[in-house]
Amino acid sequence: MEKKYFDPADLKKFGNITEWQEAMGKKFFDWYGEVFKEGALTEREKALIALAVAHAEACPYCIDAYSSTCLEKGADEEQMMEAIHVAAAIKGGATLVNGVQMMNHVKKLSM
Amino acid sequence: MAIKQRSKSLKSRGDGLSDTFFQLQVLNGKQATDAQFPKFVDTIASNGYTDLKPVPLEIFQINIGKLCNQTCAHCHVDAGPDRKEENMDKATLERCLDIIASVPSIHTVDITGGAPEMNPHFRWFVAEVRKLGKKVIDRCNLTIVVANKKYHDLPDFLAQHQVQVVSSLPYFSKSRTDSQRGDGVFEASIQALKMLNAVGYGKEGTGLTLDLVYNPSGAFLPASQETLQAEFKRQLKRKYAIDFNSLYAITNLPISRFLDYLLQSGNYAEYMEKLVEAYNPATVDGLMCRNTISVSWDGYLYDCDFNQMLDLKVAAKGQHLNDFDIASLQNRPIVLNQHCYGCTAGAGSSCGGEIA
Ligand code: SF4
Ligand code: SF4
Repeated sequence: MEKKYFDPADLKKFGNITEWQEAMGKKFFDWYGEVFKEGALTEREKALIALAVAHAEACPYCIDAYSSTCLEKGADEEQMMEAIHVAAAIKGGATLVNGVQMMNHVKKLSM
Repeated sequence: MAIKQRSKSLKSRGDGLSDTFFQLQVLNGKQATDAQFPKFVDTIASNGYTDLKPVPLEIFQINIGKLCNQTCAHCHVDAGPDRKEENMDKATLERCLDIIASVPSIHTVDITGGAPEMNPHFRWFVAEVRKLGKKVIDRCNLTIVVANKKYHDLPDFLAQHQVQVVSSLPYFSKSRTDSQRGDGVFEASIQALKMLNAVGYGKEGTGLTLDLVYNPSGAFLPASQETLQAEFKRQLKRKYAIDFNSLYAITNLPISRFLDYLLQSGNYAEYMEKLVEAYNPATVDGLMCRNTISVSWDGYLYDCDFNQMLDLKVAAKGQHLNDFDIASLQNRPIVLNQHCYGCTAGAGSSCGGEIA
């Protein structure tokens, strides 16, 4: 059988990480659950943030999971794509803003 | 405003799924898929419900016909403009009136379809039910109001008879609405909602109730009703100055055209798995089949509109209006099958939205 690095079915086994470190794993999942509950932000807004971060992190598990969650929480395609643009803009901006650091350094070394 | 349908009825396509027996075979993993899921009856039995029994009958739901001006992709009735044969006649409606008058516990007559207003006896029937002092619900698809001049005065008629209007609007955006219900449906729906608002529907202090129904445009479950309602209210007011009373979040049941969509798109097994995983025992007591009887255009009796579309008749002595026997109906076991997982997922789902 061909071995895949990413198997969508593995997402369901995420909970199994507690098998090898129960106390920490449990704390993580409790906290995770708490984070995504409705608070100052709605569940839909949190799902959109999660989707954006999932793209920035390029995590295929999280992209699948939060694409579904966004739909289920009532977000539409336009909102989801805008969220990804926000992630992309920050990633692009974060790369480019470091250009100032490069410029500073080059200027210091140059006559 | 022209509506362009994206699909046709299963019946007009000659699709195998228009056969209800075939649908039940699919749901039980014997046709089209070998995906197996725990039996719904076993699942609820594990919570102590070995026989699901009704409570006193409160809602008399009539599917007055399958004729509709739309052909929505998810329609569990397989309704459409081609379904001209299946419409309730006046004699059957008169029989309904006799029964409604004779059972005091019935407080609401819920009229659905198809587009119920396309039945030629619709207005007469509504007026007669109101004379009996019962509440009337019209499950109105909105676009019918603007589909033809003869329906333009529907808002006035419904207001005059104080009918509760319950209307589908899958989303407050055009793309989501039209992908499910047909191109042009969103704009026509907005126009109809404005006409309903204009006669007082959805407005405070008028006593005229306009509720909306949200159901997901795809193979996913609905968000919480409360969150969706707040979002719909905000967006419809902001974009179109539209008001409504409540929003019902309804889960799509895996039958008829939605089942066809699930199979065609390769989402069937995953969707069933979602429903099964989201099973919530707290919804069982409030299932709509417990206080409702559903009547088909030809007068047969069912536990709900979904069972009607699967041709699962009531397990009681009289299965037709002509043999209506309230005592036997109140004692019947409700007929359950795999599609019932759609009613018990998450916060539950019924014609009135969430259950738990
Ligand atoms: S879902 Fe309603 S409006 Fe759409 S085709 Fe079916 S009956 Fe008609
Ligand atoms: S589909 Fe829902 S309402 Fe109908 S019998 Fe099953 S549980 Fe009851």
